[in-house]
Amino acid sequence: MPDLVAARSQMALSLGWHIVLACYGVGFPLIVVLAEWRAQRTGDPAYAALARAWARALGVLFAVGAVSGTILSFELGILWPRFMGRFGEVVGLPFAMEGIAFFVEAIFVGLYLYGWERLSPRAHLLSGVPIVVAGVASAWFVVTANAWMNQPTGFRLDAAGRVVDPDPWAALTNRAMPVQTTHMILAALMVAGFGVAAVYAAGWLRGRRDRYHRLGFLLPFTLAAVVTPVQIGVGDWAARFLAQRQPVKFASLEGLQRTERGAPLTVGGLYYGGGVHFGVRVPRALSVLAHHDPDALVHGLEEVPPGDRPPVGIVRNAFQVMVGLGFGLLALGAWFAVAWRRRREAPASPWFHRAAVAAGFAAPLALEAGWVVTEVGRQPWIAWKVMRVSDAVTTAPHIRIGLYGLVAVYALLTWGTVFVLRRLAAGAPQEQSEG
Amino acid sequence: MRTAQALLVVMWAGVTAYALFGGADFGAGFWDLVAGGPERGSAQRNLIEHAIGPVWEANHVWLIFVLVMLWTGFPEAFAAIASSLYVPLTLVAVGVILRGAGFAFRKAVSGVPLQRLFGATFASSSVITPFFLGSVAGAVASGRVPAGVARAHPIGSFVNPTSLLGGGLAVAVCAYLAAVYLTADARRAGDAGLVEAFRRRALASGAVAGGLVLGGIAVLHADSPALFSGLTGRGRPLVVLSALAGLVSLGAVWRRRFVPARLAAATAVTAVLWGWAAAQYPYLLQGELTIRQSAADPVALRAVLLSLAVGAAVVVPALAWLLAVAQREPERR
Repeated sequence: MPDLVAARSQMALSLGWHIVLACYGVGFPLIVVLAEWRAQRTGDPAYAALARAWARALGVLFAVGAVSGTILSFELGILWPRFMGRFGEVVGLPFAMEGIAFFVEAIFVGLYLYGWERLSPRAHLLSGVPIVVAGVASAWFVVTANAWMNQPTGFRLDAAGRVVDPDPWAALTNRAMPVQTTHMILAALMVAGFGVAAVYAAGWLRGRRDRYHRLGFLLPFTLAAVVTPVQIGVGDWAARFLAQRQPVKFASLEGLQRTERGAPLTVGGLYYGGGVHFGVRVPRALSVLAHHDPDALVHGLEEVPPGDRPPVGIVRNAFQVMVGLGFGLLALGAWFAVAWRRRREAPASPWFHRAAVAAGFAAPLALEAGWVVTEVGRQPWIAWKVMRVSDAVTTAPHIRIGLYGLVAVYALLTWGTVFVLRRLAAGAPQEQSEG
Repeated sequence: MRTAQALLVVMWAGVTAYALFGGADFGAGFWDLVAGGPERGSAQRNLIEHAIGPVWEANHVWLIFVLVMLWTGFPEAFAAIASSLYVPLTLVAVGVILRGAGFAFRKAVSGVPLQRLFGATFASSSVITPFFLGSVAGAVASGRVPAGVARAHPIGSFVNPTSLLGGGLAVAVCAYLAAVYLTADARRAGDAGLVEAFRRRALASGAVAGGLVLGGIAVLHADSPALFSGLTGRGRPLVVLSALAGLVSLGAVWRRRFVPARLAAATAVTAVLWGWAAAQYPYLLQGELTIRQSAADPVALRAVLLSLAVGAAVVVPALAWLLAVAQREPERR
């Protein structure tokens, strides 16, 4: 395995693992704080028990998320020193702000998790609020840094390729920032909401239908179901942004070779051999997606040399997975909404609950697919049109050994996290009787 | 240049905070490791868990803070250090993951076998992580990191006398800090047996750390002449202060005055870190890269300093509140 592939695989593994945990770090605190707020407002012991049980799970998820995020800071330098050495001063500011936000989050997580018996109920509830705010803020900052890689700005390069006149504030307010950060934060709410709800949907299928399980499902599921249509709207915004600002990435969503008006979009199928096969071709749909205009001009891959194109098959298939799952989740939320309007209850069908269990896995899968679209779609650039990934990678030897070791570490970490969370979930109903 | 120095001072304050707080958490893991079997060690492990549980994640953020300051303020130094010392830094990262996950998992499960498994993971990685961080410090301090990308020997850069000294000293100092802190925690919890246990451990680890320092003088003289002359030159007042504070701290532990012992121990660690910085000044990478050469543009430095000032207004009171609440005994049910 060449070192560049090893470095990219290691980064993909670490980031792809962390991003799911980070979503729980952003979305789950809101769910826990909402439950505690309901408990204090209504005096409902089921909400109180849920808040306690969820806080315990949050403690595990936050710890694992924090440490799996730390390695990324190391890897930025270990794997991509030529990128960080050159652009660290430009793009460091959002990272510094992310560090502060994460500091606030870690401090209040400590207060919240250990404060049940040390703070007044009101102070305890309030100590949860900065976790939510700081979690969202740290997601915003770190995705701002990633958005900069898509729209690098706030610097000039001299003849030797060195950065001059860095403007970190311009880098912070890069063009991709608004849409990318919004898309990510909503995704985090969906991953956490559908993920937590799935636990209680599984409980429903096993016959646990008491108030504790009912509320445990309703609160996170409602949050995620409300966010989903908004997220699809933001996804549309993201697509139009790409069409304007990163046309090559946009073309790779469909594998569009030639620049054309009224470009079609193929739903389903597989991309290979330079085209999509077995899909349902929707005429002009890509133009609609790009500019909300069926006759709009869409730039094809042909506009850049083959060496500057991303691997279309991966991007295109990941895009299909993300969009497909997104609409699936939308349909699930609509099913829920119809039943709720009729009788203030989730659908009684076991199929609904099976689908809700699946949604707990579908949401992170859609997240990963979306991440692949934005990261692989940027290739071969680490900073779009400014620096290639191959010019950023370290020149140190035997990088792949680190990758092999980390594969083992992440396998253990995954096993441990799943195992411990299952233990906590199994222990939760007893918690209710104690509380 | 003054902005760069200001950022460097802030970054080094972060290194100091990480050593004092994060270091003590690692040291607590060391004592967890050697606390003995599940029954014999349970009182010590409970005390350790209560002491570090609420704070370890916040204390850990200092490490991230330092990394971010380094790559924003001194990008070329960060690139050189991370790419040259990728082996020990990867081991540090793995240690960080296993330490945090092991601790959180142990707290979340019940039953001795599982707690032993996750506890052993937490405790052993609490030793590995500071060891390799110390070896990284030794590599940088002894001038084994050339400027540029990955130009050091991948193994020799961190397997050498100064790095081994740095690693050993880091583990011993973390253990000492933790033992001193834990004696005071045990006294507040009213457990005389634990007070004595950690007092003995503080004396033992303090003696080991002192011995390493004495032996280290010879090691640095032979292996890192530039560092040695810096420590005995510009850094001398701080090195002397560190040695005196270390002795005062040990004496205070001996006389069971644990709060002054805490302060003196923290002073000793702080002084040696700033002594190292003074010894290396004006080099970030000994003989290779000065502060001026590697500093980011003043515009970038000022932006970071400004955001830090704003952030500190939130972080400092919040952190003080956390540390105060963590020392409180649980009351309300």
